[in-house]
Amino acid sequence: MMALAFDVVLAALLILAALAAVAGRGLFRAVIFFIVYGVLVALAWARLGAVDVALAEAAIGAGLTGVLLLAAHGRLRREGLEADPGAGGQGFAAIGGAGVALALGWAWFALPEPATATRAALDSALPDAGVGNPVTAVLLNFRSFDTLLESIVLLAALVALWMLARDGAWGERLGLPQHARPGGVLASFGRVLPPLGLLFGAFLVWSGADDNGGAFQGGTVLAASLLLAMMAGLYLPPRIGERLWQSALVLGPVVFIACGLVGALVWGGFLVLPPAYAKGVILAIETGLTISIAATLALLVIGPPEQAHNSGGAA
Amino acid sequence: MTPLIWLVIAPLLGALAVLVVPARRMPAVALGAAAATLGAALALAAQVAGLGPRTVLLGGWTPPLGIVLKADGLGTAFAVMAALVMSGVALAARHELAPDKAGARAAYGFWPLMLLVWAALNTVFVSRDLFNLYVGLELLSLAAVALVALAGSREALAAAMRYLLFALTGSLLYLAGVVLTYSAHGTLDMAMLLARVPATGDGVALGLMTAGLMAKTALFPFHVWLPPAHAAAPAPASAMLSALVPKASLVILLRVWFEAMPDAAGDAALLVMAGLGAVAVIWGGVQALVQRKIKLVIAYSTVAQLGYFIIAFPLTGGDSAVKPWSAGAWTGMVFLALSHGLAKSAMFLVAGIWYSACGAQELRDLKGLARALPMSAFAFALAAVTLAGLPPSGGFTGKYLMMQAAFVAGLWPFALVMVAGGLLAAAYLYRPLAALFAKDEAISCAPVSRVRQAVPLALAAAAIILGVLSAEPFSFIKIGKPDAAVEGL
Repeated sequence: MMALAFDVVLAALLILAALAAVAGRGLFRAVIFFIVYGVLVALAWARLGAVDVALAEAAIGAGLTGVLLLAAHGRLRREGLEADPGAGGQGFAAIGGAGVALALGWAWFALPEPATATRAALDSALPDAGVGNPVTAVLLNFRSFDTLLESIVLLAALVALWMLARDGAWGERLGLPQHARPGGVLASFGRVLPPLGLLFGAFLVWSGADDNGGAFQGGTVLAASLLLAMMAGLYLPPRIGERLWQSALVLGPVVFIACGLVGALVWGGFLVLPPAYAKGVILAIETGLTISIAATLALLVIGPPEQAHNSGGAA
Repeated sequence: MTPLIWLVIAPLLGALAVLVVPARRMPAVALGAAAATLGAALALAAQVAGLGPRTVLLGGWTPPLGIVLKADGLGTAFAVMAALVMSGVALAARHELAPDKAGARAAYGFWPLMLLVWAALNTVFVSRDLFNLYVGLELLSLAAVALVALAGSREALAAAMRYLLFALTGSLLYLAGVVLTYSAHGTLDMAMLLARVPATGDGVALGLMTAGLMAKTALFPFHVWLPPAHAAAPAPASAMLSALVPKASLVILLRVWFEAMPDAAGDAALLVMAGLGAVAVIWGGVQALVQRKIKLVIAYSTVAQLGYFIIAFPLTGGDSAVKPWSAGAWTGMVFLALSHGLAKSAMFLVAGIWYSACGAQELRDLKGLARALPMSAFAFALAAVTLAGLPPSGGFTGKYLMMQAAFVAGLWPFALVMVAGGLLAAAYLYRPLAALFAKDEAISCAPVSRVRQAVPLALAAAAIILGVLSAEPFSFIKIGKPDAAVEGL
């Protein structure tokens, strides 16, 4: 009974947060409700027993996306463009959204009993996957090609973001200069938290093999640590093309493809992992991916190169 | 190591490599990756022609657990076409996107984005897994949007933003359809879906996937993002965006309808789709006729050409009974799509040469240009022959097959639309051609090397050759053709 009441309240809050995010006025309000919505969705995933999805949703859906939206809002405010452009095609969007929701709802009720064949195939293959967590097994073994492409999608997003830089700012450091008072709260946090974040991020990756966690969750925590160090002014953001950073960005996909090619040459097929070596190879790929994901996410939040570094302009 | 894997991995590795080498080495590394990918596409084509469809189980896992890549005649033909276009684009970009001409930012971003678009296209052409196709489409859309933003102007950024919103809406709709399909049938593999027990929600799933893919393909009425986006990008990027990017979602559309769920196709839905295609042919043609900028004429021509592809769907039949004409409509559409890719990329590359060498952006700037740059004017004229569907081009072969199917199927109004579309194409292409060959005093252009002019000429000529030697490609694209394309939807 308590569980049912919790679910009903959660579902109601989800709908309210979603409505508040899209229907209200004001960009800032929309961003805040979007973050609230992400946290609630993460809760819902946890309620459904999908802890890995919940972690990813909280870290990326609510956390990272929220930070990106807040940064975008801050930028609009600095340029004096934060006024809500107002209703443009909102009615059309509402009708379209309602139509899709109705069609999906109808189709959901018409769904046949879930097929058991896939579950059986998964259960029988899992002992050969090298890892105990079925989510990790799917992401890094059974459907590793998807994950390889996803890691490259992230890289494409970063290159796309860089293309939004002003031509005059190309070659400058990424992002706006950060100002932290020496000895202030941010500066102290910047010293204390990153080592803890490093530890926790590494734990999440290691734990992802047989329990909950994984490269995306761990990478997000590491990215947050990196960002904190940069925001505290302890570490200057790089320029595009700095060899160390560029290598960190591509490390994960390169290790991934290299392991795939080893599979093709030695183990009989691209991305093939023999059970005896699977765990080691998966951990190697996950380590590479974590570093790349952390670097990519951190640079996504820092933003494109900005001119203000030279002119010493205002923050 | 099979060419099928290299087809996908070579451009991916190339994209990763250009990001770590110094900026001045990027073009050389990218051209190396382009050569490797072109080689893989040709080797794959030779294998498919000799041995039939090639299959790879990624990771060695069979569906429903794993992902299958399968190169049939259709996918391989598109991969070869893409390889030819991309090679031409890469050669053209060495000049057009040099840092001193396009700026350091665009010169940096172009190479990884181009290779990522290529990798995503090849993935889509050979994957048979609905979710893997979604990931491929995401990579494609993101890189394509960034290519639109490359120019950096206010218009380019606005066009990129609008493209992004359409592309994301399309992705979401497609993904919703995929999720429904997976929850009903427990598999994402097309061969398994073909053998599934049909479920009540299949129609909704197919409808959602179709709507999403139509938005991504810029099929009417989801076409509004295309002309500004394609016109705003630097010419080599426009060539990719117009000639190749819409073909990826078109191939998925073909596969979903003909290979995964041919039984879910309904008469009414097919006719509505084809009706939208007919409107696109006319609307795109009329819009192309009234544009003043060269690149917008070419971009609206893409809106019109995409309409033909969707008209072919009902011509392949209307129910599951065997239809003798359906094979012709399917093959005709594929022919048309292949020759459009070659001709359209040639046109955009030529437009790029005209802009960078002569400063010509509007149709009236073209007056007498044929005397200054005869090779490029000839390339444009050849490409126009294909787009207008005149013999002996591949465009003619494709349209001929489709019109024949339309008459036999009793859907003659669509044949009339195709005739009208051809006339419109002749009219909107006559305007630039008339200007080019006008007897005005020749305008002054910076010298353009023969090689640079030869690239679009070769692509335009390939579209003609496709029609002249139609027997070989005709039997090639039928390798591993789905039954539904032979017997009708």
